[in-house]
Order: sequence, then C-alpha cells, then structure tokens
Amino acid sequence: MTIGLGHYLTVAAILFTIGIFGIFLNRKNVIIILMSIEVILLAVNLNLVAFSAFLGDLVGQVYALLVLTVAAAEAAIGLAILVAYYRNRGSIAVEDINLMKG
Amino acid sequence: MIFPALFFYLFAGVCIAAAVMVVASRNPVHSVLFLILAFVNAAALFILLGAEFLAMILIIVYVGAVLVLFLFVVMMLDVDFSELRQGFLQYLPIGALLGGILLIELVLVLIGWTVGPGVRQTIAAPIPSPASVLNTEALGHVLYTRYVYFFQAAGVVLLVAMIGAIVLTLRHKPYVKRQSIAEQIARTKASAIEIVKVRPGQGL
Repeated sequence: MTIGLGHYLTVAAILFTIGIFGIFLNRKNVIIILMSIEVILLAVNLNLVAFSAFLGDLVGQVYALLVLTVAAAEAAIGLAILVAYYRNRGSIAVEDINLMKG
Repeated sequence: MIFPALFFYLFAGVCIAAAVMVVASRNPVHSVLFLILAFVNAAALFILLGAEFLAMILIIVYVGAVLVLFLFVVMMLDVDFSELRQGFLQYLPIGALLGGILLIELVLVLIGWTVGPGVRQTIAAPIPSPASVLNTEALGHVLYTRYVYFFQAAGVVLLVAMIGAIVLTLRHKPYVKRQSIAEQIARTKASAIEIVKVRPGQGL
C-alpha cells in the first residue's frame, strides 16, 4: 500500500483528461472553458510537485509557484475580457464571438 | 503505515469526482463550488507530498481570490445558462473520444517510463530534511537567491495582468462630469473673462 510517483501521476493524468474533456463538452460556455483550463493547470502543478517530492528537487515547487502566478493572471484577464464582452454584446456564447472572422 | 495511502485515495478520489462535476454540472455556480472542492483536495495532496507552502498558497490565493472571482463573475453576468447548454450531448462523443485517446496515451507513457540513472546526480536544489528546515523556508532560500529573476518576472506578469484587467473593465460614463486638469491649466485670461461695458440706464 505504498503510494509512489505513479499514483500521483495517474491522478494528474486523469485531471488533465477531465479538463480537455470539459473544453469539448462545454463548447458554448466560456466560463466553464476557463474553469477547465484551471483544472488542466492544476494537473500540471500536481505533476510538478509530485516529481519535486519524489526526486528530492525543490526547483519543481518553484516552477509550480510560477505556474500558479501565470494561471491567476490568465484567470483575471480572461474574466475581464468576458465582462467587457458581455457589456458590449449581452451574451457570452462562444459562437457569437466571430466579429474578427474574415 | 496504511493511513497515508488511505488519505491519498480519499483526497484523490474526491478531487477527481469534483473535477468531473465541474465539467458536467448544470449550473455554473455549482461548477465553481465543485472547482473549489477540487482545489482544496489538491492542496491536501500537496500536503501529503510535503509541499506545505504550495498547499497554503493554493487555498489562500486560489480558492480565496481566483475562484471567488469566478463566482463573482458568474453571479454578475445575467446569462441564460440553460441556453448555453444546448448541444451538450452533441459534443459528448467527440469529447469522450479525444479524452479517452489522451488518457490512454498518458497511461502508456506512465507504464513505459522510468527515472533515468543520471537524474538523481543532477538535482539542482535538493530538498533539505523537514526536521531541520521547513518547506516554506527551504523554498524561500531557493526562490529569493537563485531564482530571484523568475520571481520578479512573476511579479511583472501579475502587474501586467492587473493593469490589463483594469483597462479592460474600467469605463467612463458619458454623463458624469470629470475634472480636466489640462484644460484648466491651458485657460488664459482672454478665453476666461469677457468684459462687457454696461451703459447706465440701459442694461444688457
């Protein structure tokens, strides 16, 4: 019953797959797509921390910290774009975001 | 010891179930709440791995700020979410197919993968014994010395994100009068004062 690196990597792989699946499943809802991206980044962080712990290298945790920073910035910018878009169009459906389509 | 394994399966199971509910939930508010549950359980997994600082950051910064921001936006936008769920089942097969392929690939990688023999000799910053140096302190020793430029770059990323979010969402209402300092300074005596000669008994 010892928990090894493989266990954590399996959990991260399942989380990553759920995130990808969520992007496809909720093609119309931008908010759920952003949440799926958060799940994907969480899976990446879990990978980094698991490798860091099992290889005994602290740099993985430093890297996970930077990934967290970028994820927070991405969420803030994404939600700001969403709010600005909603003010202009009154909708957040992905199909309506086609003004720049040639 | 059976307890670490037991707790691992508990936290991992709840985390994965919550992540499934994030993408499958009917109501976006429920999705955000399940995302919070998933992140809290991931933080517990981090603690099991010995990364206490990242676990606390995940709870305080992520659950406390980012996910509450999500909740705020979901509640602020008055959107008919049931309409956005049209075609949910239409995308289910392709999503399940791609997700399944990806999962199989990842599992194949996990099965056929081992740590290389030279990896343990090339460790950049070995984790000190938790009895002598705590995780937070060890992380600080590495982050503020060797990786200080990365730390500052992360700060710049956050600054740019903050400015970007403010620029994107700040809006000036046209009917609100605002002070224009440039106009006030550029005012001259000629443009500001008009001298009117009023003759006695006539008025203007």
